Amino acid sequence: MDFQLMIDSIPQLLEGAWMTVKLVALALALGICLAIPLALARVSKNPFLWMPVYGFIFVFRGTPLLVQIFIVYYGLGQSEAVRESIFWPFFKEAYWCAIFTFTLNTSAYTAEILRGAIQAVPHGEVEAARALGMPRLLMLRRVVVPRAFRLALPAYGNEIILMLKGSALASTITLLDLTGVARVIVARTFAPYELFIMAAIMYLALTLLIVRALKYAEWRLSPHLRPPRHSK
Amino acid sequence: MTIRNLVTALCVAAVVAFSASLSEAKDWNKLRVGVEGAYPPFSWMETDGTLKGFDIDIALAICAEINAECELVAQDWDGIIPALLANKYDAIIASMSITEERKKKVSFSEKYYSTPAKFVRKKGSGIEINEAGLKGKTVGVQRATIHENFLKDNYGEIIEIKGYGTQDEAYLDFTAGRLDLLLADSVALDDGFLKTNAGKNAEFVGPGYSDPKWFGDGAGIAIRKGDTELQAILNKAITAIRANGTYKAINDKYFEFDVYGG
Repeated sequence: MDFQLMIDSIPQLLEGAWMTVKLVALALALGICLAIPLALARVSKNPFLWMPVYGFIFVFRGTPLLVQIFIVYYGLGQSEAVRESIFWPFFKEAYWCAIFTFTLNTSAYTAEILRGAIQAVPHGEVEAARALGMPRLLMLRRVVVPRAFRLALPAYGNEIILMLKGSALASTITLLDLTGVARVIVARTFAPYELFIMAAIMYLALTLLIVRALKYAEWRLSPHLRPPRHSK
Repeated sequence: MTIRNLVTALCVAAVVAFSASLSEAKDWNKLRVGVEGAYPPFSWMETDGTLKGFDIDIALAICAEINAECELVAQDWDGIIPALLANKYDAIIASMSITEERKKKVSFSEKYYSTPAKFVRKKGSGIEINEAGLKGKTVGVQRATIHENFLKDNYGEIIEIKGYGTQDEAYLDFTAGRLDLLLADSVALDDGFLKTNAGKNAEFVGPGYSDPKWFGDGAGIAIRKGDTELQAILNKAITAIRANGTYKAINDKYFEFDVYGG
């Protein structure tokens, strides 16, 4: 193993890691904003609300992320209509194509996670809110959604980590994320072993950060499960 | 036979079969050839999955010449040398230029063809190939190629280089308008892109590049270092198919000129 090459590649790989972090963070942030209304529509009894959302989730969960990113990046670009539309400056950039695809993909999964969590909110708590005469929206805002968030957290943590790893597909559309940078260096040094091990270590480090942050968030959000602090 | 005996017998059979497959490779009566399959007209994959093209025909002709059974293995370009080193096949016949950088990792046969590299621009774009003309332009290139190295070393500071896994993906993005220029082998560009419907609005611009420092000494067959016997066999086979007319027949099937070069 060429350790010198591994050390020399660190600055470039860190630049790639920063691109990965930007992609994942932005996609997750936009994805969850989209997922909340989607999840609420998904649990609605109105077929005009839940049916399109069900279709959206079905499509994005049922197709590989790689195929989705190819459709958005290579597919849309082939159509004259798209190239002449006002959206082209957006879809012209590989970066925004990746953000767009990742956002839709993660929002589909997150919406499904939130749906499960909303339906798992203890019925008694919903009844209590109703008994207090809370209007529906207030009840959603104060009781159902916050409770659902806490219930969804472990599953959502999984989704964050899956998104981090899925973001490696950005390298297939010319973006220099962590995987992309590793591939570029491999292309010149023919040392896949060294470079991909370094990339793997950096992905692990990022995952570790996410896991720690989630653990803290879970601890913060479940004061009722902690032993009480005794005052003297 | 008890279950335990059966399992033991299966394990032994598997080990025997495995070691047999390991030991047979060195006789060169079977040649596993790594090819790309996304680089027309040198190699491409038909919609039914069969491999076609100049490189493929050369590979088959060489196998026939040395009386070896040919096994073609399609492999993505940027992993094509690592896969050779990992013993997934014994030779690469994929328009690979013979460069100093690659010689550090693999050995090459003599060249089997040599054509210059060129830029392609959109018709009417008026882009000129010089420092001022290239400044700020986005240039598409296949990742891990001599063309990418040439751009990085000469214009890396003033242009944006976009690297693609295959040449075909670079064509798609050029058509989509994400690229100002392409740099690739002139023959690949001409037959693989400019003469196709997708490339009808594009044209060559600038000189043909063939500086050996970046573009090497033509395309050769890459093999693992140490396979000197195979190297000699392949060199003899290239000379033989050049002499007996097989090369010319393949050449004329794809090109109107001699791609072997000077």
